[in-house]
Amino acid sequence: MSTHHHHQQDFLFKYIFSTDHKMISKQFLITGFIMGFIGMVMSTIFRLQLGWPGESFWIVDKLLGTWAENGVMAPDKYLALVTMHGTIMVFFLLTAGLSGTFSNLLIPLQIGARDMASGFLNMLSYWLFFLSCIIMLASLGVEGGSASAGWTIYPPLSALPQAIPGSGLGMTLWLVAMSIFIVSSLLGSLNYIVTILNLRTKGMSMTRLPLTIWAFLLTAIIGVISFPVLLSAALLLVFDRSFGTSFYLSDIYVGGQVLEHSGGSPILFEHLFWFLGHPEVYIVLLPALGITSEIVSAMSRKPIFGYRAMIGSMISIAFLSTIVWGHHMFVTGMNPFLGAVFTFTTLLIAIPSAVKVFNYLTTLWKGNIKFSPAMLFSIGLVSTFITGGLTGLILGDSALDISVHDTYFVVGHFHIVMALSAIFGMFAGVYHWFPKLFGRMMNNNLGSLHFWITIVCAYGVFFPMHFLGLAGVPRRYYTNSQFPLFDNLMDINVLISTFAIIIAFGQLLFLFNFLYSAFRGPKAPQNPWNSNSLEWTTPVEHIHGNWYGDIPEIHRWPYDYSKVDENGEYIGGKDFIPQTTPLYDNELDENH
Amino acid sequence: MMVLLVGVTVLLLIISAAQILKISELTAAAKGEKVYEINEQQNKLHSLLMLAFLVFYFAFFTWQYIKWGKYILPVAASAHGVGIDSLMKVTWVLIIPVFIITHILLFWFAYKYAYNPTRKSTFFSHSNKLELVWTLAPTLALTILILYGLNNWNKIMTPVNPEEDHVLIELVGQQFSWGARYAGDDKKLGRANVNFIEGTNFMGLDSTDSNSKDDIIVRGEFHLPVNIPVQFVMRSNDVLHSAFMPHFRAQMNCVPGLKTQFNYTPTITTAEMRKITNNDKFDYLLLCNKICGAAHYNMQMNIIVESKADYEKWLSTQKKFAENI
Repeated sequence: MSTHHHHQQDFLFKYIFSTDHKMISKQFLITGFIMGFIGMVMSTIFRLQLGWPGESFWIVDKLLGTWAENGVMAPDKYLALVTMHGTIMVFFLLTAGLSGTFSNLLIPLQIGARDMASGFLNMLSYWLFFLSCIIMLASLGVEGGSASAGWTIYPPLSALPQAIPGSGLGMTLWLVAMSIFIVSSLLGSLNYIVTILNLRTKGMSMTRLPLTIWAFLLTAIIGVISFPVLLSAALLLVFDRSFGTSFYLSDIYVGGQVLEHSGGSPILFEHLFWFLGHPEVYIVLLPALGITSEIVSAMSRKPIFGYRAMIGSMISIAFLSTIVWGHHMFVTGMNPFLGAVFTFTTLLIAIPSAVKVFNYLTTLWKGNIKFSPAMLFSIGLVSTFITGGLTGLILGDSALDISVHDTYFVVGHFHIVMALSAIFGMFAGVYHWFPKLFGRMMNNNLGSLHFWITIVCAYGVFFPMHFLGLAGVPRRYYTNSQFPLFDNLMDINVLISTFAIIIAFGQLLFLFNFLYSAFRGPKAPQNPWNSNSLEWTTPVEHIHGNWYGDIPEIHRWPYDYSKVDENGEYIGGKDFIPQTTPLYDNELDENH
Repeated sequence: MMVLLVGVTVLLLIISAAQILKISELTAAAKGEKVYEINEQQNKLHSLLMLAFLVFYFAFFTWQYIKWGKYILPVAASAHGVGIDSLMKVTWVLIIPVFIITHILLFWFAYKYAYNPTRKSTFFSHSNKLELVWTLAPTLALTILILYGLNNWNKIMTPVNPEEDHVLIELVGQQFSWGARYAGDDKKLGRANVNFIEGTNFMGLDSTDSNSKDDIIVRGEFHLPVNIPVQFVMRSNDVLHSAFMPHFRAQMNCVPGLKTQFNYTPTITTAEMRKITNNDKFDYLLLCNKICGAAHYNMQMNIIVESKADYEKWLSTQKKFAENI
């Protein structure tokens, strides 16, 4: 009886209330993917409406129920879907899912720590995230529907249930869920920062850290700086909605009566929102860039080119990301002088970004590239980062933004540069570190097929949006067939929606590969990619404390791939030298 | 029943896929191959696919341009719009070559340097000279873009000089329609506030303000004289809206509690534009471009640009605010 009880306890604390970073990482991954899957289904559903406006679909009828009479979604429910798709993808999949998974998995393993600085806070971070997911999903079922004011929830629309039904209970739950999410994110970020700064093993100086860790560190720092501002924005909005204050509201006539709110400004909200909102782009992007830096180097069998420049550019990006938020507000009525300042700071970000791209290209140059699924997705990321980054030069330029602001050009831009890059980085990370997550290998053929379908369809979905936007089609339109202006662009929407349906089915390949490999995949060897970094010295089976015996000591940076002596022979006899290998006689420390 | 059948079929498909996968892994293991290792054959295939993708991507880009390129950036119908378009073209000239070159390099390297066991990677970890070059090159290009862009921005954002001959129009957004108010003979817009909204006075004009008496309010469509600067003032009665006039390259949010402004000079009349677009039903549109509720997608107003004489004739047929009360 007592052993039985003991077993239950074991199960509960091993799998549910675990404080082990590896288990928490898996929890974040799986929860994030479930949310991502829901977000993807939402986008496929509203793409049906955009591709074939007003047509009745059996699947829409089944999935949306009362939101779609006779299989045609209601206009305000279209906005609800768009809002929830954005919220779920940006925060739940690409912030918590990406950072939560890989910061948790890799920080202790790559810096040589037994666990996170505070296992308890780490567990709390996951469970708050879980709670937040539940509340956010529950908001889909309440009266009036979920939040429908766009993922940016600009007041007054988000403050007034009279203006849109989703701004009732649905919006309240959105705010509650996001507040909990922010607390979860802060607990996680503080833990990551403290762990990286304090728990590095002997020899692991800051300039010997893998670029993944640098990326996670900077991500956590900008998260700590900017998320509290969103929390304050959300709290003030709660006050305006429920307690009659007027932080954001003034001079409003709605539902046949004048509201008493006076003196507030929605632009204040926009400032507060984007003070998080823009760094958020880099909170999503930097971990993906860190992950691919590691993979591109390991799979090209070459050191990452310009290690210090990569760190420098990430620091510049992180710094600049906090002073560019106003480029989302060029046409909000903000002082034009501020617009000029924000144009300047925004376009500056192109410099460190360009450095990163050129460094990736040079890393590939004269490499010896192995196309694992992780490497394929990493190359895909470089492509999306370039494509989407370049159109950023147009949107960041205040004068040009006037004609493309809030059009499909923006939708195309940020999906390519942020969403695709981040999700490609996340897929790359899962394929690469699957052996560390589940002790098994994923199937390469399925993985590669998944990549090729995904990249072709992803560009098929998002590239044509630039044409829509440049023709002047506004985003967040239920349909653009209400006036003849855009009639001859209708076939673009059909093309986009077709690709969207294919890409959604393509992800089932990944789902299948993931589940199959987690349970039935071949057992992982110790170091499947012949990689230098420290995580590959830990036992394949997860053990508490990560290493049997002492934590290994670090003697070099993680990028000594294909290092040769003066005779052209590999130093150490292999094309990689793990970080735990002491310097050989006469060998120069490359990163001094 | 249908659902059940589909479910069973999908389940069977998944199970057979899993079995096939297991068998292929077992045969590979029996042959002594490590299944997780990418063999040379696969690697070669992916390197070729990299090249194929490059061709596909550029071909897709070109195809889209041929198919839809004619609809992008419709002829700019305002003076500053021409400036924005040329800035846009300069930007394209800078970024499209970068897009093409970096993509050729990326996929060409991926093809050329695919794994070959007889070759060693080149250990090349940094080069200050190279890194300096690709820090300075974008810096230079961006300096040009920033200066050119801000020069345009400052011009566009400077309000119309009140001394100059111009038209003053207030645009008011409310769920889900637009109203336009002309200043009338006194060239002054009367006081307005949501507290005065009542019956037909949907813009909330203060009837005690003498400036408001000759104001002219229109809905559905508004007219503009060609080649005369128009100073717009924007307001909103309820939530955020955005006055977006794509052909005039004009966009400004309408904010409850705050007056915003934008100005432009229309240069092409509606009649001329109908000839240019070869479409005798063409109309300029004012669209809402900030999510504002369920019918956001249908919040529109026609804009008619015509000669000054026609414009004045039209305006004289419209009722003044005082006559409406």
